[in-house]
Amino acid sequence: MTAENLTTVPHVDRPPPLPARWTQARILGTTLLCLWAAAGLGLIYFLVRSWNPDLLHRYAPNYLSGLWVTIQLVVISIIIGALLSIPIACGRMSKNRIWSGLAYGYVYFFRGTPLLAQTFLVYYGLGSFRHQLDAIGLWTFFRDAWYCALFAFSLNTAAYQAEILRGAIESVGKGQWEAAKALGLSRIQALRKIILPQALIVALRPYGNEIILMIKGSAIVAIITVYDLMGETRRAYSRTFDFQTYIWAAIIYLAIVEALRNIVDWIERRITRHLQR
Amino acid sequence: MTDYRTLLSFGPEGWGDDIAAGVLVTVALALATLPFGLAIGFLVALAKQSGEKTLRLAGNIYTTVFRGLPELLTLFLVFYGAQIGIQQFVRLFDAKATVEINSFVAGMVALGAVFSAYASEVFQSAFRAIPNGQYEGGYAIGLSKLQTMRLVILPQLIRIALPGLGNLWLILLKDTALVSVIGLADILRQTGIAARVTREAFLFFGLACLIYLALAILSSIAFGAIERWSGKGGVQR
Amino acid sequence: MGISRRIVLALSATALAMSMGAASAQDATKLKIGTEGAYPPFNNLNASGELEGFDIDIAKALCEEMNAECEFVTQEWDGIIPALQAGKFDAIIASMSITEERAQQVDFTDPYYTNSLTFIAPKESDFDPSAADGKVIGVQQGTIAAAFVEENYPNADLNAYPSQLEAWADLSNGRVDAVLADFGVQYGWVQSDDGQCCEFKGDPVDSNDRIAIAVRKGETELAEKFNTAIAAIRENGKYAEINKKYFPFDIFGE
Repeated sequence: MTAENLTTVPHVDRPPPLPARWTQARILGTTLLCLWAAAGLGLIYFLVRSWNPDLLHRYAPNYLSGLWVTIQLVVISIIIGALLSIPIACGRMSKNRIWSGLAYGYVYFFRGTPLLAQTFLVYYGLGSFRHQLDAIGLWTFFRDAWYCALFAFSLNTAAYQAEILRGAIESVGKGQWEAAKALGLSRIQALRKIILPQALIVALRPYGNEIILMIKGSAIVAIITVYDLMGETRRAYSRTFDFQTYIWAAIIYLAIVEALRNIVDWIERRITRHLQR
Repeated sequence: MTDYRTLLSFGPEGWGDDIAAGVLVTVALALATLPFGLAIGFLVALAKQSGEKTLRLAGNIYTTVFRGLPELLTLFLVFYGAQIGIQQFVRLFDAKATVEINSFVAGMVALGAVFSAYASEVFQSAFRAIPNGQYEGGYAIGLSKLQTMRLVILPQLIRIALPGLGNLWLILLKDTALVSVIGLADILRQTGIAARVTREAFLFFGLACLIYLALAILSSIAFGAIERWSGKGGVQR
Repeated sequence: MGISRRIVLALSATALAMSMGAASAQDATKLKIGTEGAYPPFNNLNASGELEGFDIDIAKALCEEMNAECEFVTQEWDGIIPALQAGKFDAIIASMSITEERAQQVDFTDPYYTNSLTFIAPKESDFDPSAADGKVIGVQQGTIAAAFVEENYPNADLNAYPSQLEAWADLSNGRVDAVLADFGVQYGWVQSDDGQCCEFKGDPVDSNDRIAIAVRKGETELAEKFNTAIAAIRENGKYAEINKKYFPFDIFGE
């Protein structure tokens, strides 16, 4: 379009004003905020009204030990998962049909089925193979619900982490590999010095999300007799029938997840300073 | 040894019919959650996109809460907490009234809240991917704000958000397994009962995993088709 | 938790459930009975998905006596009291023991049988209830057995399961060294094919515990109706007949 064409356009409505002082939105927003505030105040009122020092005295140590179990479970399975994810990610990117097929199948299975079903399969399913497991000396491991949960969670998170790793490595441009090669770096050197530093920036946020998902997902171990934070909550609730036991758990989980998200944000801001414009 | 064919048959001795009913419940729950999860997710994304500070804050609190709580806990809060809360609220007006949140509705509300919190993020990043010029172009040809949204922005938005939403659907499908804990007769609960009763835990939980896997594969195929269909009208960049 | 958007949603969603549920709540001759359905031989589901067992037969007999039309609702054990309070059903007939903690939440009828807590363990095991330190004890979450182990065996390892069936499964797998539960339910299992591995160990650790029907607090009228009906089936031989169907001993106690 040239300037002459523009002048021939007959008449155009003025664009609507930008939503600077759009009172309707403000009313709606304020109403919603008030509702949130009311919910928050209601919650505080509920907790104050049902404040019970005995209950706190009796169950606070349980909650702490439950929290510790949750943290242990998540940290250890994330680490094992990270180690397992490396060969799987390599398999996914491999040109070898069998390798990549196996890795793909693994990832698809663990990402396509619920963690709860996987945990049941490991805990109750393997429980019915007690004698076979005993024979190969693995029963002492699978006897314990905690180890079963750790096993299922590690395999599960390995699948997700492998995809994160693969996605991050593939997000780095091909030119980077070529440039590294041109400089005479070996493949391993290129991966370590050129590709991974860039890939990890991309992977940071998905990794953070994966940890958060694991913390939330770990609540299901309560169903297979592990006394994590959720397990202790259910135990306290089954004794007291006091709903505040669940509210406390909700507050603790929310606090952890929010803290973690803020930490990831902070790290991301720091390591991407050179990219900011 | 028990005969697996009998165990999985549809007859009175077998669990096939119960598990098939469980599959229906799972699929129905996921399908029932989807539309209202999407709608609320979209509204929350709009709120978080808005220029109005209070709206943004309200939207952000929503996502913070429902992304931060474990899904299982959200489910308990809705199933027990909301039930008792609403009950007391209704009793203010009518002492005799009973309100029942059955486990299906509780599952729908809890999963929908979680789904919409994540969906709002997907929509929000899709909003960011649409340049301002698209809105300006819409206004320039005389469309109202609503028309611009409906005719110009939404079609592009959906196309951009589709892969993300597809992922969320798969997550939703898996999260439905949690309702088995509050007693809704879904796939996992039905296979769990069968496993308990027959003591064939590996068979039945393995079967449960395979059914979820089949549902995931079917969903991927369907989503592939939808993406191809929606991509037809778009410009290839 | 009152959350702006969710409340609106939940309300509109429940409007439907309410319109369906309202009729049954008003009609006195219709009763909803909550039970667990995973507690053989008291209440459990068979392969065709039907409830059966001692509790179920008793409930049916009581309903017949009260001239009420009863409908059973199955509910996971650890949510059974909240579900009663929330109005999902009107009474719990699920082998629930009377405890102080529960009595603060619900009202109990007269007991309909008596129970004692007893350990079972594998036949070859030398498990002894008086020396259970360091042993893994399986119980069902939220039962008096769970509370009992917590209070009396602080040095034992407690594995609490969502239902009794999982506790037994892990006993025969060897994940737990012993299972503590009601005598009647353990008896049923030890008699069954699955329970051949195991036997009772030691004397009952806690006896004279009473099992009753739970109703919502303040619903004395319903509780009274149940009491009359329990007395009636005791009287007319119906109770004895059901008792004999499941147990060769008198389960009512004195």
